[in-house]
Amino acid sequence: MYGNAYIDPNEKSNSITDGEDIQKLNAFESRISNGEKIEPKDWMPKEYRKQLVRMIEQHAHSEIIGALPEGTWITRAPGFRRKLALMAKVQDEVGHAQLLYSAAETLGKSREAMINDLITGKSKYSNVFNYPAYTWADACIIAWLIDAGAIINQVANAKGSYGPYCRALDRICVEESFHLKYGHDNVVTLATGSKIQREMVQAALNRWWPPIMHFFGPSDKISLHTEILMKWKVKMATNDDMRQQFLNMYVPKIWDLGLTVPDSKLMKNNENKWEYTEPDWDEFKRVINGGGPCNAERLAVRRNAEERGRWVRQALLAKDSKYLIPLA
Amino acid sequence: MIKSLDPRVTRSEIDLNNSIDPLKDLDQWETYEAFHQKKRGEQHIHVGIVHAPNPEMALLFAKDQYGRRGITANIWVVKTAHIFMTEYDDQDIFETTPEKIYREAGGYKVMEKINKYRKETKISK
Repeated sequence: MYGNAYIDPNEKSNSITDGEDIQKLNAFESRISNGEKIEPKDWMPKEYRKQLVRMIEQHAHSEIIGALPEGTWITRAPGFRRKLALMAKVQDEVGHAQLLYSAAETLGKSREAMINDLITGKSKYSNVFNYPAYTWADACIIAWLIDAGAIINQVANAKGSYGPYCRALDRICVEESFHLKYGHDNVVTLATGSKIQREMVQAALNRWWPPIMHFFGPSDKISLHTEILMKWKVKMATNDDMRQQFLNMYVPKIWDLGLTVPDSKLMKNNENKWEYTEPDWDEFKRVINGGGPCNAERLAVRRNAEERGRWVRQALLAKDSKYLIPLA
Repeated sequence: MIKSLDPRVTRSEIDLNNSIDPLKDLDQWETYEAFHQKKRGEQHIHVGIVHAPNPEMALLFAKDQYGRRGITANIWVVKTAHIFMTEYDDQDIFETTPEKIYREAGGYKVMEKINKYRKETKISK
Protein backbone atom coordinates (compact mmCIF):
# COMPACT_ATOMS: atom_id res chain seq x y z
CA MET A 1 0.00 0.00 0.00
CA TYR A 2 2.82 2.40 0.85
CA GLY A 3 6.00 2.72 -1.13
CA ASN A 4 8.22 3.21 1.91
CA ALA A 5 7.20 0.10 3.82
CA TYR A 6 10.74 -1.22 4.09
CA ILE A 7 12.48 -0.27 7.32
CA ASP A 8 16.16 -1.09 7.77
CA PRO A 9 16.25 -3.50 10.74
CA ASN A 10 19.76 -2.33 11.64
CA GLU A 11 18.76 1.28 12.08
CA LYS A 12 18.99 2.41 15.72
CA SER A 13 15.81 4.45 15.63
CA ASN A 14 13.88 1.19 15.32
CA SER A 15 14.09 0.55 19.05
CA ILE A 16 11.65 3.46 19.48
CA THR A 17 9.14 1.81 17.17
CA ASP A 18 10.01 -1.81 18.01
CA GLY A 19 7.03 -4.12 17.95
CA GLU A 20 4.84 -1.65 16.07
CA ASP A 21 2.79 -2.79 13.09
CA ILE A 22 4.78 -1.42 10.15
CA GLN A 23 1.78 -0.88 7.92
CA LYS A 24 -0.07 1.04 10.61
CA LEU A 25 3.07 3.00 11.44
CA ASN A 26 3.45 4.02 7.82
CA ALA A 27 -0.19 5.06 7.54
CA PHE A 28 0.21 7.07 10.76
CA GLU A 29 3.37 8.79 9.52
CA SER A 30 1.97 9.61 6.11
CA ARG A 31 -1.12 11.11 7.74
CA ILE A 32 1.15 13.41 9.75
CA SER A 33 3.35 14.32 6.80
CA ASN A 34 0.18 15.22 4.87
CA GLY A 35 -0.61 17.74 7.61
CA GLU A 36 -3.58 15.78 8.96
CA LYS A 37 -4.20 15.61 12.71
CA ILE A 38 -4.25 12.47 14.86
CA GLU A 39 -7.45 12.03 16.90
CA PRO A 40 -7.80 10.18 20.23
CA LYS A 41 -9.06 6.82 18.98
CA ASP A 42 -6.64 6.60 16.06
CA TRP A 43 -3.87 4.03 16.10
CA MET A 44 -0.62 5.57 17.32
CA PRO A 45 2.84 4.27 18.23
CA LYS A 46 3.37 3.63 21.95
CA GLU A 47 6.22 6.11 22.07
CA TYR A 48 4.03 8.85 20.52
CA ARG A 49 1.37 8.34 23.18
CA LYS A 50 3.94 8.21 25.98
CA GLN A 51 5.75 11.39 24.92
CA LEU A 52 2.52 13.31 24.39
CA VAL A 53 1.11 12.33 27.79
CA ARG A 54 4.39 13.36 29.43
CA MET A 55 4.49 16.66 27.56
CA ILE A 56 0.84 17.69 27.90
CA GLU A 57 0.73 16.64 31.54
CA GLN A 58 3.84 18.68 32.39
CA HIS A 59 2.33 21.60 30.56
CA ALA A 60 -0.87 21.29 32.62
CA HIS A 61 1.08 21.07 35.90
CA SER A 62 3.03 24.19 34.89
CA GLU A 63 -0.20 26.13 34.49
CA ILE A 64 -1.45 25.04 37.92
CA ILE A 65 1.84 25.72 39.70
CA GLY A 66 2.43 28.87 37.65
CA ALA A 67 -0.69 30.37 39.16
CA LEU A 68 0.91 30.22 42.64
CA PRO A 69 3.73 32.81 42.45
CA GLU A 70 1.38 35.28 40.76
CA GLY A 71 -1.55 34.41 43.00
CA THR A 72 0.62 35.53 45.90
CA TRP A 73 0.23 39.10 44.64
CA ILE A 74 -3.56 39.21 44.27
CA THR A 75 -4.09 40.48 47.80
CA ARG A 76 -1.38 43.10 47.35
CA ALA A 77 -1.90 44.22 43.75
CA PRO A 78 -1.70 48.02 43.52
CA GLY A 79 -5.23 49.21 42.81
CA PHE A 80 -8.57 47.60 42.14
CA ARG A 81 -8.24 47.33 38.35
CA ARG A 82 -4.90 45.51 38.62
CA LYS A 83 -6.38 43.22 41.27
CA LEU A 84 -9.24 42.32 38.92
CA ALA A 85 -6.87 41.80 36.00
CA LEU A 86 -4.51 39.61 38.03
CA MET A 87 -7.39 37.50 39.31
CA ALA A 88 -8.54 37.06 35.70
CA LYS A 89 -5.06 36.02 34.64
CA VAL A 90 -4.65 33.53 37.47
CA GLN A 91 -8.08 32.10 36.70
CA ASP A 92 -7.02 31.73 33.05
CA GLU A 93 -3.92 29.78 34.07
CA VAL A 94 -6.01 27.33 36.08
CA GLY A 95 -8.45 27.10 33.17
CA HIS A 96 -5.52 26.30 30.86
CA ALA A 97 -4.54 23.46 33.16
CA GLN A 98 -8.07 22.07 32.90
CA LEU A 99 -7.97 22.21 29.09
CA LEU A 100 -4.58 20.51 29.02
CA TYR A 101 -5.49 17.80 31.53
CA SER A 102 -8.50 17.07 29.32
CA ALA A 103 -6.28 16.74 26.24
CA ALA A 104 -3.95 14.37 28.10
CA GLU A 105 -6.93 12.37 29.37
CA THR A 106 -7.93 11.55 25.80
CA LEU A 107 -4.65 9.58 25.62
CA GLY A 108 -5.73 7.37 28.51
CA LYS A 109 -4.24 8.82 31.71
CA SER A 110 -6.88 9.92 34.22
CA ARG A 111 -6.86 13.37 35.79
CA GLU A 112 -6.58 11.77 39.24
CA ALA A 113 -3.42 9.91 38.16
CA MET A 114 -1.90 13.14 36.80
CA ILE A 115 -2.68 15.11 39.97
CA ASN A 116 -1.25 12.29 42.09
CA ASP A 117 1.97 12.39 40.07
CA LEU A 118 2.17 16.16 40.54
CA ILE A 119 1.64 16.27 44.29
CA THR A 120 4.02 13.39 45.02
CA GLY A 121 6.72 15.10 42.96
CA LYS A 122 6.85 12.34 40.34
CA SER A 123 5.93 14.63 37.43
CA LYS A 124 7.83 17.78 36.62
CA TYR A 125 6.55 21.25 35.82
CA SER A 126 8.21 24.35 34.44
CA ASN A 127 11.24 25.16 36.52
CA VAL A 128 10.66 28.93 36.61
CA PHE A 129 7.83 28.52 39.09
CA ASN A 130 10.21 27.25 41.75
CA TYR A 131 11.38 30.84 42.22
CA PRO A 132 9.55 33.39 44.37
CA ALA A 133 7.94 36.65 43.21
CA TYR A 134 9.62 38.96 45.72
CA THR A 135 7.95 42.22 44.67
CA TRP A 136 5.03 43.43 42.58
CA ALA A 137 7.55 44.04 39.79
CA ASP A 138 8.42 40.31 39.81
CA ALA A 139 4.76 39.51 39.17
CA CYS A 140 4.84 42.01 36.28
CA ILE A 141 8.01 40.54 34.76
CA ILE A 142 6.49 37.04 35.02
CA ALA A 143 3.29 38.16 33.30
CA TRP A 144 5.24 39.81 30.49
CA LEU A 145 8.33 37.73 29.83
CA ILE A 146 7.48 34.27 31.14
CA ASP A 147 4.16 34.43 29.31
CA ALA A 148 6.01 35.66 26.22
CA GLY A 149 8.22 32.58 26.38
CA ALA A 150 5.19 30.37 26.92
CA ILE A 151 3.49 31.84 23.85
CA ILE A 152 6.49 31.07 21.63
CA ASN A 153 6.41 27.48 22.85
CA GLN A 154 2.63 27.15 22.59
CA VAL A 155 2.29 28.72 19.15
CA ALA A 156 4.88 26.21 17.89
CA ASN A 157 3.14 23.27 19.57
CA ALA A 158 -0.29 24.34 18.31
CA LYS A 159 0.93 23.27 14.86
CA GLY A 160 1.71 19.78 16.16
CA SER A 161 -0.01 16.58 15.11
CA TYR A 162 -2.30 15.68 18.03
CA GLY A 163 -5.76 17.20 17.51
CA PRO A 164 -6.91 17.62 21.14
CA TYR A 165 -3.62 19.28 22.18
CA CYS A 166 -3.74 21.66 19.19
CA ARG A 167 -7.34 22.66 19.94
CA ALA A 168 -6.49 23.33 23.61
CA LEU A 169 -3.45 25.38 22.60
CA ASP A 170 -5.41 27.49 20.11
CA ARG A 171 -7.78 28.47 22.88
CA ILE A 172 -4.91 29.04 25.32
CA CYS A 173 -2.92 31.24 22.91
CA VAL A 174 -5.83 33.66 22.53
CA GLU A 175 -5.93 34.16 26.30
CA GLU A 176 -2.14 34.35 26.60
CA SER A 177 -2.14 37.37 24.32
CA PHE A 178 -4.13 39.19 27.01
CA HIS A 179 -1.57 38.12 29.63
CA LEU A 180 1.27 39.42 27.51
CA LYS A 181 -0.36 42.83 26.96
CA TYR A 182 -1.33 43.05 30.62
CA GLY A 183 2.23 42.19 31.70
CA HIS A 184 3.78 44.62 29.24
CA ASP A 185 1.44 47.39 30.39
CA ASN A 186 2.47 46.80 34.01
CA VAL A 187 6.19 46.74 33.20
CA VAL A 188 5.87 49.92 31.09
CA THR A 189 4.08 51.65 33.98
CA LEU A 190 6.96 50.85 36.33
CA ALA A 191 9.72 51.53 33.78
CA THR A 192 8.30 54.95 32.89
CA GLY A 193 7.53 55.79 36.50
CA SER A 194 9.49 57.14 39.47
CA LYS A 195 13.12 56.33 40.22
CA ILE A 196 12.04 53.80 42.85
CA GLN A 197 9.68 52.09 40.39
CA ARG A 198 12.43 51.88 37.76
CA GLU A 199 14.84 50.38 40.26
CA MET A 200 12.22 47.89 41.37
CA VAL A 201 11.49 46.65 37.84
CA GLN A 202 15.21 46.48 36.95
CA ALA A 203 15.88 44.43 40.09
CA ALA A 204 13.03 42.06 39.18
CA LEU A 205 14.38 41.67 35.63
CA ASN A 206 17.84 40.89 37.03
CA ARG A 207 16.35 38.20 39.28
CA TRP A 208 14.25 36.65 36.52
CA TRP A 209 16.74 36.72 33.66
CA PRO A 210 18.51 33.43 34.57
CA PRO A 211 15.20 31.51 34.96
CA ILE A 212 13.99 33.05 31.68
CA MET A 213 17.13 31.79 29.90
CA HIS A 214 16.51 28.36 31.47
CA PHE A 215 12.89 28.43 30.36
CA PHE A 216 13.29 26.72 26.99
CA GLY A 217 15.59 24.05 28.41
CA PRO A 218 19.16 23.00 27.54
CA SER A 219 20.29 22.62 23.91
CA ASP A 220 18.73 19.53 22.39
CA LYS A 221 20.99 16.61 21.87
CA ILE A 222 20.83 15.78 18.21
CA SER A 223 19.54 12.26 18.51
CA LEU A 224 17.42 9.92 16.45
CA HIS A 225 14.85 10.17 19.19
CA THR A 226 14.55 13.95 18.75
CA GLU A 227 14.42 13.48 15.01
CA ILE A 228 11.55 11.00 15.25
CA LEU A 229 9.62 13.21 17.68
CA MET A 230 10.03 16.08 15.22
CA LYS A 231 8.90 13.89 12.33
CA TRP A 232 5.82 12.91 14.37
CA LYS A 233 5.24 16.61 15.11
CA VAL A 234 5.39 16.07 18.85
CA LYS A 235 8.36 18.39 19.20
CA MET A 236 7.97 21.36 16.88
CA ALA A 237 11.13 23.40 17.38
CA THR A 238 14.47 22.95 19.08
CA ASN A 239 15.01 24.56 22.48
CA ASP A 240 17.75 26.78 21.07
CA ASP A 241 15.56 27.97 18.18
CA MET A 242 12.82 28.98 20.59
CA ARG A 243 15.34 30.77 22.83
CA GLN A 244 16.66 32.69 19.80
CA GLN A 245 13.13 33.63 18.80
CA PHE A 246 12.43 34.91 22.30
CA LEU A 247 15.60 37.01 22.42
CA ASN A 248 14.88 38.39 18.98
CA MET A 249 11.39 39.50 19.92
CA TYR A 250 11.87 40.73 23.47
CA VAL A 251 15.42 42.01 24.03
CA PRO A 252 14.73 45.07 21.82
CA LYS A 253 11.50 45.71 23.73
CA ILE A 254 13.41 45.55 27.05
CA TRP A 255 16.05 47.95 25.73
CA ASP A 256 13.31 50.30 24.45
CA LEU A 257 12.34 50.89 28.08
CA GLY A 258 15.90 51.84 29.03
CA LEU A 259 16.23 48.68 31.09
CA THR A 260 19.38 46.59 30.94
CA VAL A 261 19.66 42.82 30.55
CA PRO A 262 22.05 41.40 33.15
CA ASP A 263 24.31 39.62 30.66
CA SER A 264 27.36 41.52 29.39
CA LYS A 265 27.84 39.02 26.55
CA LEU A 266 24.34 39.48 25.13
CA MET A 267 24.52 40.78 21.56
CA LYS A 268 23.42 39.96 18.05
CA ASN A 269 26.29 38.66 15.93
CA ASN A 270 26.96 39.11 12.22
CA GLU A 271 24.92 36.02 11.40
CA ASN A 272 21.84 37.56 13.01
CA LYS A 273 22.05 35.14 15.94
CA TRP A 274 22.01 36.14 19.58
CA GLU A 275 25.09 35.38 21.61
CA TYR A 276 24.75 35.10 25.37
CA THR A 277 26.40 33.71 28.46
CA GLU A 278 25.58 30.02 28.63
CA PRO A 279 22.92 29.60 31.33
CA ASP A 280 23.98 27.71 34.46
CA TRP A 281 22.58 24.27 33.67
CA ASP A 282 23.81 22.80 36.95
CA GLU A 283 21.58 25.28 38.78
CA PHE A 284 18.74 24.31 36.42
CA LYS A 285 19.17 20.61 37.26
CA ARG A 286 19.49 21.32 40.97
CA VAL A 287 16.23 23.29 41.00
CA ILE A 288 14.26 20.91 38.78
CA ASN A 289 15.23 18.05 41.09
CA GLY A 290 13.76 19.76 44.12
CA GLY A 291 16.55 22.09 45.26
CA GLY A 292 14.98 25.44 44.33
CA PRO A 293 13.78 28.05 46.81
CA CYS A 294 10.08 27.23 46.40
CA ASN A 295 9.79 23.58 45.28
CA ALA A 296 8.68 22.26 48.66
CA GLU A 297 6.23 25.11 49.21
CA ARG A 298 4.59 24.80 45.79
CA LEU A 299 3.77 21.13 46.25
CA ALA A 300 2.73 21.57 49.88
CA VAL A 301 0.22 24.24 48.82
CA ARG A 302 -1.20 21.90 46.15
CA ARG A 303 -1.42 18.95 48.56
CA ASN A 304 -3.14 21.17 51.09
CA ALA A 305 -5.70 22.29 48.51
CA GLU A 306 -6.41 18.74 47.34
CA GLU A 307 -6.71 17.45 50.89
CA ARG A 308 -8.99 20.24 52.15
CA GLY A 309 -11.27 20.03 49.14
CA ARG A 310 -11.55 16.27 49.20
CA TRP A 311 -14.61 16.00 51.47
CA VAL A 312 -16.54 18.42 49.24
CA ARG A 313 -15.71 16.43 46.11
CA GLN A 314 -16.68 13.18 47.82
CA ALA A 315 -19.94 14.59 49.17
CA LEU A 316 -20.91 15.68 45.65
CA LEU A 317 -20.01 12.43 43.92
CA ALA A 318 -23.13 10.73 42.59
CA LYS A 319 -23.35 6.98 43.22
CA ASP A 320 -24.00 6.09 39.60
CA SER A 321 -21.05 8.11 38.24
CA LYS A 322 -18.92 6.36 35.68
CA TYR A 323 -15.75 7.76 34.19
CA LEU A 324 -15.34 7.62 30.43
CA ILE A 325 -12.40 8.98 28.49
CA PRO A 326 -13.48 12.36 27.08
CA LEU A 327 -14.08 12.44 23.33
CA ALA A 328 -11.92 15.21 22.05
CA MET B 1 15.23 28.35 52.37
CA ILE B 2 13.55 31.74 52.20
CA LYS B 3 10.60 32.77 54.32
CA SER B 4 7.57 32.21 52.16
CA LEU B 5 5.89 35.17 50.48
CA ASP B 6 2.70 33.24 49.84
CA PRO B 7 -0.18 34.25 52.13
CA ARG B 8 -1.55 30.72 51.74
CA VAL B 9 1.61 29.43 53.40
CA THR B 10 2.20 32.16 55.96
CA ARG B 11 -1.37 32.63 57.14
CA SER B 12 -2.71 29.10 57.06
CA GLU B 13 0.64 27.73 58.27
CA ILE B 14 0.83 24.85 55.84
CA ASP B 15 3.30 22.18 56.89
CA LEU B 16 5.79 21.80 54.03
CA ASN B 17 6.03 18.08 54.74
CA ASN B 18 2.27 17.50 54.76
CA SER B 19 1.31 14.12 53.38
CA ILE B 20 -1.74 13.12 51.39
CA ASP B 21 -3.48 9.91 50.42
CA PRO B 22 -3.57 9.57 46.65
CA LEU B 23 -6.75 10.72 44.91
CA LYS B 24 -9.01 7.79 44.14
CA ASP B 25 -10.86 7.09 40.87
CA LEU B 26 -13.74 9.52 40.29
CA ASP B 27 -12.29 11.98 42.82
CA GLN B 28 -12.52 14.45 39.93
CA TRP B 29 -15.97 13.16 38.90
CA GLU B 30 -17.09 12.19 35.41
CA THR B 31 -16.92 14.37 32.30
CA TYR B 32 -19.46 16.44 30.40
CA GLU B 33 -18.97 17.70 26.86
CA ALA B 34 -19.67 21.44 26.58
CA PHE B 35 -21.30 23.28 23.67
CA HIS B 36 -21.18 27.05 23.36
CA GLN B 37 -23.55 29.34 21.42
CA LYS B 38 -22.09 32.79 20.92
CA LYS B 39 -25.17 34.62 19.65
CA ARG B 40 -28.83 33.75 19.31
CA GLY B 41 -29.38 32.27 15.88
CA GLU B 42 -25.91 30.69 15.68
CA GLN B 43 -25.13 27.00 16.10
CA HIS B 44 -23.90 25.61 19.41
CA ILE B 45 -20.29 24.53 18.93
CA HIS B 46 -18.43 21.85 20.84
CA VAL B 47 -15.71 23.60 22.87
CA GLY B 48 -14.35 20.94 25.21
CA ILE B 49 -15.17 19.18 28.46
CA VAL B 50 -15.64 19.84 32.14
CA HIS B 51 -15.39 17.45 35.08
CA ALA B 52 -18.50 17.73 37.23
CA PRO B 53 -20.61 15.73 39.70
CA ASN B 54 -23.97 16.72 38.14
CA PRO B 55 -25.42 18.73 35.22
CA GLU B 56 -26.01 21.86 37.30
CA MET B 57 -22.37 22.07 38.32
CA ALA B 58 -21.27 21.11 34.83
CA LEU B 59 -23.10 24.21 33.57
CA LEU B 60 -21.47 26.34 36.26
CA PHE B 61 -17.99 25.06 35.38
CA ALA B 62 -18.69 25.39 31.64
CA LYS B 63 -19.68 29.02 32.19
CA ASP B 64 -16.39 29.65 34.02
CA GLN B 65 -14.30 27.71 31.54
CA TYR B 66 -15.84 28.58 28.17
CA GLY B 67 -17.87 31.72 28.82
CA ARG B 68 -15.64 33.86 31.01
CA ARG B 69 -14.89 36.49 28.34
CA GLY B 70 -16.53 37.76 25.18
CA ILE B 71 -20.17 37.12 24.46
CA THR B 72 -22.25 34.05 25.19
CA ALA B 73 -25.91 33.42 24.47
CA ASN B 74 -26.27 29.85 25.69
CA ILE B 75 -24.36 26.78 26.90
CA TRP B 76 -25.24 23.10 26.71
CA VAL B 77 -23.59 20.26 28.58
CA VAL B 78 -24.10 16.57 27.95
CA LYS B 79 -22.54 13.59 29.68
CA THR B 80 -19.69 12.14 27.62
CA ALA B 81 -21.37 8.74 28.00
CA HIS B 82 -24.44 10.05 26.17
CA ILE B 83 -22.66 10.89 22.94
CA PHE B 84 -22.45 8.40 20.11
CA MET B 85 -20.07 8.83 17.22
CA THR B 86 -18.91 7.35 13.96
CA GLU B 87 -15.50 5.67 13.95
CA TYR B 88 -12.59 7.40 12.21
CA ASP B 89 -11.64 3.92 11.02
CA ASP B 90 -14.90 3.80 9.05
CA GLN B 91 -13.89 6.85 7.02
CA ASP B 92 -14.78 4.91 3.84
CA ILE B 93 -18.50 5.44 4.52
CA PHE B 94 -17.97 9.09 3.56
CA GLU B 95 -15.47 8.46 0.80
CA THR B 96 -17.72 8.72 -2.26
CA THR B 97 -19.87 11.56 -0.94
CA PRO B 98 -17.75 14.40 -2.40
CA GLU B 99 -18.13 12.73 -5.82
CA LYS B 100 -21.92 13.16 -5.77
CA ILE B 101 -21.87 16.41 -7.65
CA TYR B 102 -25.50 15.86 -8.74
CA ARG B 103 -26.31 16.91 -5.16
CA GLU B 104 -24.50 20.22 -5.60
CA ALA B 105 -25.66 23.44 -7.25
CA GLY B 106 -22.28 23.50 -8.98
CA GLY B 107 -23.12 20.19 -10.66
CA TYR B 108 -25.54 21.95 -13.05
CA LYS B 109 -24.00 24.11 -15.76
CA VAL B 110 -26.64 25.24 -18.32
CA MET B 111 -25.15 28.38 -19.85
CA GLU B 112 -22.92 26.39 -22.20
CA LYS B 113 -25.92 24.48 -23.54
CA ILE B 114 -28.02 27.62 -23.88
CA ASN B 115 -25.29 29.51 -25.74
CA LYS B 116 -24.70 26.57 -28.05
CA TYR B 117 -28.41 26.29 -28.77
CA ARG B 118 -28.74 30.03 -29.42
CA LYS B 119 -25.80 29.96 -31.80
CA GLU B 120 -27.19 26.96 -33.72
CA THR B 121 -30.73 28.26 -33.98
CA LYS B 122 -29.60 31.88 -34.47
CA ILE B 123 -31.89 33.17 -31.76
CA SER B 124 -31.05 36.79 -31.20
CA LYS B 125 -32.28 39.34 -28.72
